[in-house]
Amino acid sequence: MSKFHDARRVVITGIGVVAPGDVGTKPFWEMLTAGRTATRLISSFDASPFRSRVAAECDFDPAAEGLSQRQVRAWDRTTQFAYVAAKEALADSGVTGEADPLRTGVMAGTACGMTRSLDREYAVVSDEGRLWQVDDAHGVPYLYDYFVPSSMAAEIAWLAKAEGPAGVVSAGCTSGIDVLTHAADLVRDGAADVMVAGASDAAISPITVACFDAIKATTPRNDEPETASRPFDRTRDGFVLGEGAAFFVLEEYAHARRRGARAYAEVAGYAGRCNAYSMTGLRPDGRELAEAVSRALDTARLDPSEVDYVNAHGSATKQNDLHETAAFKRSLGPHAYSVPISSVKSMIGHSLGAICALEVAASALAIEHGVIPPTANLRQPDPDCDLDYVPLVAREAAVSTVVSVASGFGGFQSAVVLTEPGRRQ
Amino acid sequence: MTLLTLSDLLVLLRECAGEEESVDLGGDVEDVPFDALGYDSLALLNTVGRIERDHGIRLGDGAVEKATTPRALLEMTNAALTGASASAGGGAARDK
Amino acid sequence: MTAELGRTPETGTGRPGGSLRPVVTGLGVVTPIGLGTERYWAATLRGDSGIGRITRFDPSGYTSSLAGEITDFDPARLPNRLLPQTDLMTRLALAAAQEALDDAGTDPRTMPDFAAGVVTAASAGGFDFGQRELEALWSKGGAHVSAYQSFAWFYPVNSGQISIRHGMRGPSGALVAEQAGGLDAVAKARRHIRDGTPLMLTGGVDGSLCPWGWLCMTRSGGLTTRTDPRRAYLPFSPDASGYVPGEGGALLVLEDPRAAAERAAPRIYGQIAGCASTFDPRPGSGREPGLRRALRLALDDAGIGPADVDVVFADAMGIPALDAAETQALAAEFGPCGVPVTAPKTMTGRLLAGGASLDLAAALLSLRDQVIPPTVHVDGGDARDALDLVVGGPRPARLRHALVLARGRGGFNSAMVVRGRD
Repeated sequence: MSKFHDARRVVITGIGVVAPGDVGTKPFWEMLTAGRTATRLISSFDASPFRSRVAAECDFDPAAEGLSQRQVRAWDRTTQFAYVAAKEALADSGVTGEADPLRTGVMAGTACGMTRSLDREYAVVSDEGRLWQVDDAHGVPYLYDYFVPSSMAAEIAWLAKAEGPAGVVSAGCTSGIDVLTHAADLVRDGAADVMVAGASDAAISPITVACFDAIKATTPRNDEPETASRPFDRTRDGFVLGEGAAFFVLEEYAHARRRGARAYAEVAGYAGRCNAYSMTGLRPDGRELAEAVSRALDTARLDPSEVDYVNAHGSATKQNDLHETAAFKRSLGPHAYSVPISSVKSMIGHSLGAICALEVAASALAIEHGVIPPTANLRQPDPDCDLDYVPLVAREAAVSTVVSVASGFGGFQSAVVLTEPGRRQ
Repeated sequence: MTLLTLSDLLVLLRECAGEEESVDLGGDVEDVPFDALGYDSLALLNTVGRIERDHGIRLGDGAVEKATTPRALLEMTNAALTGASASAGGGAARDK
Repeated sequence: MTAELGRTPETGTGRPGGSLRPVVTGLGVVTPIGLGTERYWAATLRGDSGIGRITRFDPSGYTSSLAGEITDFDPARLPNRLLPQTDLMTRLALAAAQEALDDAGTDPRTMPDFAAGVVTAASAGGFDFGQRELEALWSKGGAHVSAYQSFAWFYPVNSGQISIRHGMRGPSGALVAEQAGGLDAVAKARRHIRDGTPLMLTGGVDGSLCPWGWLCMTRSGGLTTRTDPRRAYLPFSPDASGYVPGEGGALLVLEDPRAAAERAAPRIYGQIAGCASTFDPRPGSGREPGLRRALRLALDDAGIGPADVDVVFADAMGIPALDAAETQALAAEFGPCGVPVTAPKTMTGRLLAGGASLDLAAALLSLRDQVIPPTVHVDGGDARDALDLVVGGPRPARLRHALVLARGRGGFNSAMVVRGRD
């Protein structure tokens, strides 16, 4: 028996989602499997001065989700999303009251933290940029909670009554995978039996839109917002900014079994690499992402041919989709040409650090339901993206092993392997 | 109307993206590809953005891919400047 | 990113992959009292103070005006191409990274692919850079925002820039746990080594001394409003009134001990022997705060007991209730005055996510030189019955194990044990 099999194993026993479309895991999954898109023209502020004015926004009413007046007023939307998603995951898992608080921890991922509140409050205290010496008299009391995003982890720890390890993992657009794998490490190491872990981002805000405009990473397809996110399509021209959160209850396998919990999936393997190449650019050969996928499969002791579904990063930038196609060929070999691969960013946009947590949720649900969500808007396949990207329509399939990947600014490349619980001996 | 010169462009590149120590920008660089001068696409996006703002012109999303040398970028800019002076003032549309 | 589950079962460490007890083979330090490890350490043993009225901008309109500023850093030390795309925090981190790798006598570019990674601690990212871009956005319009804003402010920016400059392609990313993150990042790097990456650069270098960052920091409620630098940050004193923030921090080269031995690393400062993190229960719950538990778990992880600890680098928040809680935790675990306690951060101020990493560097230097640096500006008088605070000058001592404590606002507690060479 290998050392890995001696180690404590980690399963997902609860899922909570706030995504574009309706709040909650069920509507999220219904939307993805219907191939419906939630991208539209930005409604939360006047985006008319900007190049890219499309986004995937959440129709989220914090009061209707049960947040108190103080939580609605003082918390950034990122924290609100995280809280609501974590609450759903906890309820879904039934772990509340069944775990030792001292053995329960929290890890939250985010790329942009409380950017939206910081953007808004900066405009107030600087008189819309006119004062470099910002005005103390107009600063709201919550500024420090916006300044350091670990405030989000603290709120979730209180919600979960967790007194184990807590913190925030941030690695740009791989945050949502990296936070889960760090949390899984803590369980595997014995630092906790239960981790509430996930990622949240709600950064659809003038500063975010402006900075992606400046590097022309987002789509300018403002006249067709519903079909603007086109991963692997030859007409793709950038990503659609999104927002959302997904949280999970990760639990040590024996702990989950003892209390008779349902497990969606086992977190069977993972790895991360960095391209050390560019803060924003990708090497065309996909080498580091391929290495992450290969090592993740190694740690799960699975062969590439055993992968039933790949949940792609598929951001719909010209560069990413080529990079990723190359990485899959390099890491999966001939199996790359037959395994179904899809990008849910075609439907819910790219919510930066949160998206790969949402994609892990989609991956776990694919195992649970035996359905692979499609890549929407893929009508004219790019001949250079010549793999099976599951265009337009969801596909029924027995899914017991999924690889989900992410690629982010900073050069970070991450992969996680989920397996059907009980699949691995 | 004032056209952009090579020395203007080099000043902007230094301000927007710095200067690679191993490259002599004082030499004959007009036809040297930007990547050989140490400027990646981000450096050029920053510089092109600055040119667009300073001169109230639009060079388009593909400018950085198309203009791979200082000469090409100058030609593109000056063509736009010539056009812009004919149709007074477009360009600042993205400004507040 | 992250860890991986360890693939090389043939290594005999009881865990997959590499060693769970990596060694520190290099240090890089940037602080308000000195740039570079040896300058910092000499200043620390002298008891210098880097705290003063803010000069970077006019602090007169704000409730607090003192900080530990770095005033002697020359950005020309860095490649010119990096300057338009980096916040001061990142420039300082790049300087510390270079020093740490030079100190370790290694160049990751010459190592096998994926053999080195970077995990840093962050708090607010490159906030000064961010303020300039927010100013451009709001005063002039979105087209004036820099192409570099998309990453220059973000939390893992130091990891990304360091990885590019030194060709480090292993697991990388950033951790945020306010001021406890400076230990948590090192703990995460330790896991990557355990899982088979032979070298990790880790720690934190941080700073947000700009008007917008300062306004946010003053809203934490933790900053002193005093104006006399010698009477401002007074942990464990009846006169404590809050803390003084600063900028800087330390980066450490962590290596698998066998990898360090194989390449004959020029020096080994010590070993990361144990660590743990906990979170406080909700205030008012009546449950005990988590600091003592973190401390105990870190000792357990290191396989030692309280009697083996020779010095504690305290969190020393400078807020009376939190100082009392720390004193209580230490007294409960070690007995009253049971261990020498020090807080050299009284000289630099609290460096956000960089502070705990700097304490870790100071702890390793203490082990090297068998001397405990002092706590300044306080005499320890009032806590004398409970706490053996090292004041008045450095104290020579036989040191084998040092314990570093860190707390982050909101309830984060972290503890780390370092072990010196025999």
